[in-house]
Amino acid sequence: MSQQGYVATPAYSQSQPGIGLSSPHYGHYGDPSHAGSAPGMMKPAGPLGAAAPGGMLPQGPSPPGPHQFGQSGAHAQGHPPQRFTGPPPVNSAAPVNSAAPSYAPYSPSAQSSYPSPASTSSVTQLGNQFNAMHINSYANYGLQMAGGQLAYPGGFPGGPAQMAGPPQLQKKLDPDSIPSPIQVIENDRATRGGQIYATNTRGQVPPLVTTDCVIQDQGNASPRYIRCTTYCFPCTSDMAKQAQIPLAAIIKPFATIPSNETPLYLVNHGENGPVRCNRCKAYMCPFMQFIEGGRRYQCGFCNCVNDVPPFYFQHLDHIGRRLDHYEKPELSLGSYEYVATLDYCRKNKPPNPPAFIFMIDVSYSNIKNGLVKLICEELKTVLEKLPKEEQEETSAIRVGFITYNKVLHFFNVKSNLAQPQMMVVTDVGEVFVPLLDGFLVNYQESQSVIHNLLDQIPEMFADSNENETVFAPVIQAGMEALKAADCAGKLFIFHSSLPTAEAPGKLRNRDDKKLINTDKEKILFQPQTNVYDSLAKDCVAHGCCVTLFLFPSQYVDVASLGLVPQLTGGTLYKYNNFQMHMDSQQFLNDLRNDIEKKIGFDAIMRVRTSTGFRATDFFGGIFMNNTTDVEMAAIDCDKAVTVEFKHDDKLGEDSGALIQCAVLYTTIGGQRRLRIHNLSLNCSSQLADLYKSCETDALINFFAKSAFKAVLHQPLKVIREILVNQTAHMLACYRKNCASPSAASQLILPDSMKVLPVYMNCLLKNCVLLSRPEISTDERAYQRQLVMTMGVADSQLFFYPQLLPIHTLDVKSTTLPAAIRCSESRLSEEGIFLLANGLNMFLWLGVSSPPELVQGIFNVPSFAHVNTDMTLLPEVGNPYSQTLRMIMSIIQQKRPYSMKLTIVKQREQPEMVFRQFLVEDKGLYGGSSYVDFLCCVHKEICQLLN
Amino acid sequence: MTTYLEFIQQNEERDGVRFSWNVWPSSRLEATRMVVPVAALFTPLKERPDLPPIQYEPVLCSRTTCRAVLNPLCQVDYRAKLWACNFCYQRNQFPPTYAGISELNQPAELLPQFSSIEYVVLRGPQMPLIFLYVVDTCMEDEDLQALKESMQMSLSLLPPTALVGLITFGRMVQVHELGCEGISKSYVFRGTKDLSAKQLQEMLGLSKVPVTQATRGPQVQQPPPSNRFLQPVQKIDMNLTDLLGELQRDPWPVPQGKRPLRSSGVALSIAVGLLECTFPNTGARIMMFIGGPATQGPGMVVGDELKTPIRSWHDIEKDNAKYVKKGTKHFEALANRAATTGHVIDIYACALDQTGLLEMKCCPNLTGGYMVMGDSFNTSLFKQTFQRVFTKDMHGQFKMGFGGTLEIKTSREIKISGAIGPCVSLNSKGPCVSENEIGTGGTCQWKICGLSPTTTLAIYFEVVNQHNAPIPQGGRGAIQFVTQYQHSSGQRRIRVTTIARNWADAQTQIQNIAASFDQEAAAILMARLAIYRAETEEGPDVLRWLDRQLIRLPVLLDSSSILADRILLMDTFFQILIYHGETIAQWRKSGYQDMPEYENFRHLLQAPVDDAQEILHSRFPMPRYIDTEHGGSQARFLLSKVNPSQTHNNMYAWGQESGAPILTDDVSLQVFMDHLKKLAVSSAA
Repeated sequence: MSQQGYVATPAYSQSQPGIGLSSPHYGHYGDPSHAGSAPGMMKPAGPLGAAAPGGMLPQGPSPPGPHQFGQSGAHAQGHPPQRFTGPPPVNSAAPVNSAAPSYAPYSPSAQSSYPSPASTSSVTQLGNQFNAMHINSYANYGLQMAGGQLAYPGGFPGGPAQMAGPPQLQKKLDPDSIPSPIQVIENDRATRGGQIYATNTRGQVPPLVTTDCVIQDQGNASPRYIRCTTYCFPCTSDMAKQAQIPLAAIIKPFATIPSNETPLYLVNHGENGPVRCNRCKAYMCPFMQFIEGGRRYQCGFCNCVNDVPPFYFQHLDHIGRRLDHYEKPELSLGSYEYVATLDYCRKNKPPNPPAFIFMIDVSYSNIKNGLVKLICEELKTVLEKLPKEEQEETSAIRVGFITYNKVLHFFNVKSNLAQPQMMVVTDVGEVFVPLLDGFLVNYQESQSVIHNLLDQIPEMFADSNENETVFAPVIQAGMEALKAADCAGKLFIFHSSLPTAEAPGKLRNRDDKKLINTDKEKILFQPQTNVYDSLAKDCVAHGCCVTLFLFPSQYVDVASLGLVPQLTGGTLYKYNNFQMHMDSQQFLNDLRNDIEKKIGFDAIMRVRTSTGFRATDFFGGIFMNNTTDVEMAAIDCDKAVTVEFKHDDKLGEDSGALIQCAVLYTTIGGQRRLRIHNLSLNCSSQLADLYKSCETDALINFFAKSAFKAVLHQPLKVIREILVNQTAHMLACYRKNCASPSAASQLILPDSMKVLPVYMNCLLKNCVLLSRPEISTDERAYQRQLVMTMGVADSQLFFYPQLLPIHTLDVKSTTLPAAIRCSESRLSEEGIFLLANGLNMFLWLGVSSPPELVQGIFNVPSFAHVNTDMTLLPEVGNPYSQTLRMIMSIIQQKRPYSMKLTIVKQREQPEMVFRQFLVEDKGLYGGSSYVDFLCCVHKEICQLLN
Repeated sequence: MTTYLEFIQQNEERDGVRFSWNVWPSSRLEATRMVVPVAALFTPLKERPDLPPIQYEPVLCSRTTCRAVLNPLCQVDYRAKLWACNFCYQRNQFPPTYAGISELNQPAELLPQFSSIEYVVLRGPQMPLIFLYVVDTCMEDEDLQALKESMQMSLSLLPPTALVGLITFGRMVQVHELGCEGISKSYVFRGTKDLSAKQLQEMLGLSKVPVTQATRGPQVQQPPPSNRFLQPVQKIDMNLTDLLGELQRDPWPVPQGKRPLRSSGVALSIAVGLLECTFPNTGARIMMFIGGPATQGPGMVVGDELKTPIRSWHDIEKDNAKYVKKGTKHFEALANRAATTGHVIDIYACALDQTGLLEMKCCPNLTGGYMVMGDSFNTSLFKQTFQRVFTKDMHGQFKMGFGGTLEIKTSREIKISGAIGPCVSLNSKGPCVSENEIGTGGTCQWKICGLSPTTTLAIYFEVVNQHNAPIPQGGRGAIQFVTQYQHSSGQRRIRVTTIARNWADAQTQIQNIAASFDQEAAAILMARLAIYRAETEEGPDVLRWLDRQLIRLPVLLDSSSILADRILLMDTFFQILIYHGETIAQWRKSGYQDMPEYENFRHLLQAPVDDAQEILHSRFPMPRYIDTEHGGSQARFLLSKVNPSQTHNNMYAWGQESGAPILTDDVSLQVFMDHLKKLAVSSAA
């Protein structure tokens, strides 16, 4: 709903949830005009609201309970201190508590490129401040660390004094002294990695996404399904406004669960269907409180007292729990599935199994570069692996084939045909499906006809000179075909060019670099025509998911072409300047993965909350016709929806904040199901509790999505300002309200947000938010779209890549080497490093790389002999090669996109590309270094505190 | 009388012409008094096995408004090498090639026996014949199977160079690409959306054919112009045979209570458009096979709801048939487009219910195509009729001509009022054109897209000579018919028929004129006129007229003939019926004919069958052959045709054993004649 109502606006939106509706502006806080505006659609405060009686929930003691991971003094017993201590420098020999980090004066030359709302005068003010500082605040830092300041372990000696002084005396701030993401990740791994994480406690902060552990569902949804920006909500909207910490959940309802964790239970109540609250329609879950001997239950969400349906009755035990508590997944688990009754099906009849339609662009360029042949060859094998229900022998999914250039070719591949039949539809203005029977077929039954067809397609168009293509009619055709077959499904479109042929959705090249850095820059991210919007709407209405494989050699207008894939829950893959020998592996991996992955069709998601707050905004590959129903033509295991919550009343510390996410969908076998995820959060009136329970990775996911959504409506400059401001505000609020008194110049970060500045800087440096003409418009649109559906783990890796030293590999170990920070200073001429961000993988070779390693990996005698023209490492029979390739496959595992490997030699031209990923450094196309950004944020905080 | 009968017969044999009057009244006034106008039935391609075409082009009168062809009626000055046009009296030089002519060395066109002569135009490319099959797939499997077999059979009858195409339709319309290896391709169109020729051309990618051929290098071995949809039968007959073999019934489900969606209108439009943009002015036949009425799109005749019945005669009369006008308009537009580009549309409609031929009839009518109606494609009526379309002459050529134009030139005293027949006007005004239009008038040129040896046009003339300017005794009026057409061999040919008839003064020589009256010709000419008027104006009664001309009686076709001990043979052109009276049928059932002692009964049974077979053998379209008996359901065909001298109204008055009563309100011929006499007397009074 509040499309533009950006998070960064708690000052208003927390207290007045409706405000975002009326404002077209992204991040309007600070705009006084809104201060007094009336609430748009504030919910009347429920009588029970935040004042819900205690004891209604069996669990949920106040935050500082023994099960909580907290930062208060209590943490010292039983909990490894690392998580709460300051960042030990990775490469520093000295432990953090004894050796104070060195720091350099702030260098004016490295001044942040981020515009500061503090106005120009602030620079001078700061300068003056800097001058006034003393060098010995440094010692204070040491004391703080060693002394009783552990509660604020992120403390960072922002030494304005040192930053001042004459330019010739400036020294660089030691990067080791500032919070290190690597250290944070490693600490969490060390404390929680490899353990069992049970979800029995309300409001507990789960391990980081980078930490491997076994998750046990004990009443709350696994963090694999839902992660939150904070696990403790502020009780009041005033408090939320004060902290400006976004309240959001990142929900990945179909997340893949490792084999050592329990898969979801399926509950089948037969014709009775799921038990639901009469008033708010929440599904039976552990938050329902059974009363009156089990005859009734009170809904944890709306507090309505419902009768237990007779078929569902069960007696209660001495602690008021149903006797069958542990027998019914919906009573004891955070996540489970229901078999849906016919009431939940379209037209009240069971759905047909979904279909996959493969739609191949057979225009000249795709034929010429061999792509069509490659696709056809691959389909022959990959179709053997269509997803199927675990208990089934074969896949129920039917397949169909269409090729197109500026006209469409449908194929009849009915099993009894001697040869396939091609039906050409040239009426692209009003496309229709020319056949019913024989278009969508069972692959096994029609295998020989399909193979015959796939053999012929490259030949058939071998002489084609057709350069022009259509696009919208292709989607339309697929959608109509699914509609005609009365089933949901997925279109796999393999497309390469700007659709310039005369047809609906025709596009022109509108890539205008002159728009960059103007208020009109947003146009570049908007679709060129509204054809794609309405097409997406139709697709969603008919359960037609569109996945697009793009092979552009020039501008193809990703912003327009990608819209339908995005709104229908599909995936956009892009392979620039596709070359058979370089890129086919990446593409084929993506294709295989996409076909085989777990997916639900024709889905509607509803997020219900307990009284006092509600979901106000949704981000992801979704379509919304109203403010509550999140529609998705399909949702797969990699797609996440980020949901923002706002208060509409007070929340009670006792009752906590409850979230239930229900997804109604059709399985690959054609069964209608409901997937339910429940999560309980704490509520607190103490800001410190709030700051303690934050998760920076989730925050960045939320910030990225909300900012990338705002890109469509707001000038980038404004968005960047808001991100910086909000970062500063959140930290300043902490400093002001939670940290013990200290010198004003001192930068103190909450433990849970230690790495927020560095991550935020990475987000700000992402090409979407960087207004630079050097970056291709399509690439920016592509990345924007990509991030919109990312889960927390993917966004973490995307914004802060993983950089592994390879030259120090222990070939006997099977664990990944410890990562290092993404900065050039961490590289060495003698080293080989592997960098991965989820889309790309780089193997960087220092000029003095150890020859035995080069030999081991590349099977060539020296650095000079290494041929960088490869995307796959040779299989050399030695431990180096094997270990490196194993590491690469581990990194690749579970990532939604196949990463393309690029070999980069130090001091050669392609190194420039690689350097963009060294995100702690100053950006190639602008964007400040981590150190500079931290200084900038610090300045902002100081400004706010004054 | 005998002389006139012979004369008429001779003229018909030689020139394919029969006039209502073979001596013409010499003035307009007299002509109008004759009631039956001076008119001719002209059969342009009258079979003349004895007339070898001559291998040069005709010599034309040099006057630009005349351009009449040199003919035996022209006066020739052999010495000066001049000839005088017998229409405009222009004196013309013979062309240089005629330098050697003399009284003894006359070119064929001057010989009196060559009043009809055929020239071969040697210029220009020889175009292949084109046959485009347009096939409805909404029919029962049995029907479709029979139709497929008939079409496959027809392929074997086509000359190897003929181009063939296939369009199938049901809910959608498919234009099949021919000669595809490994995969069958077709272009599919919505059945509800009409397309212009230009749109179609773009959608079928036809505009680019020359371009792609050019880029594919020099393979210029002068291929006959063809495209992916129209290919020489020798190249693709296997492919097309397979394609036809695999043809399935329209696969779209037909819900309960609905008719199948049949897109006849768009299918025909696409067929016309395809030929229009690829082979304009080249002989082509669109052969459309339909198994029911169009139920969607332009040209629809009835909606797909079964509960709404197809329009009946009463609906049309009361203007209650909502699709009729729109549908007719659609098909008329198509017929005109096809006629303009010289293409023929045949319609073969086989179904037990109506198929909407009323709306579609203009297509064959204006293009000279065939319209055949039957109960099922799985009947000999259809099968043999269709086979008969491909009858060949003694040279192995099809008996069909294409893209014909008929031009008529007349002497000054007579002008052309118009023509009625399978033709369209070419709007060529000229001095020979009368202002009084009869039929398709206002022109001296017509287009006849499809010609068979029996295609006959009724041409109406007007005597314009004024009463006060008498024509000298022994004067003759001349008419020249110039028919240009594409022969089925691909040649362009010109057939010229020049005839002359005597003028006679009606006051003094009325007997001569009366004696020259050709009753049969006049009946047909008037019948055509009546039908034409009936269609364009109001005139419900005229239809019965025509029947009467076509019915030849073995016995008097009267219900009083239907007796128990009779065998009747009725030929109504479209139907041949053998009726066995009650007693005969009983005898036949008892097997008397197989007993040697009743051999004469066997002969009696056999005789009408032999007669019928003879008629069946030559008649086109193949008539419905009915063998029935008293009380048999098929006997209704006989009962509907006979003169109802006995009806349920008067049968008791006539008593028993007098014949079979007919359940009708129509009056008998006897009553009709009585009434007519009464009217004739009263009007005279």
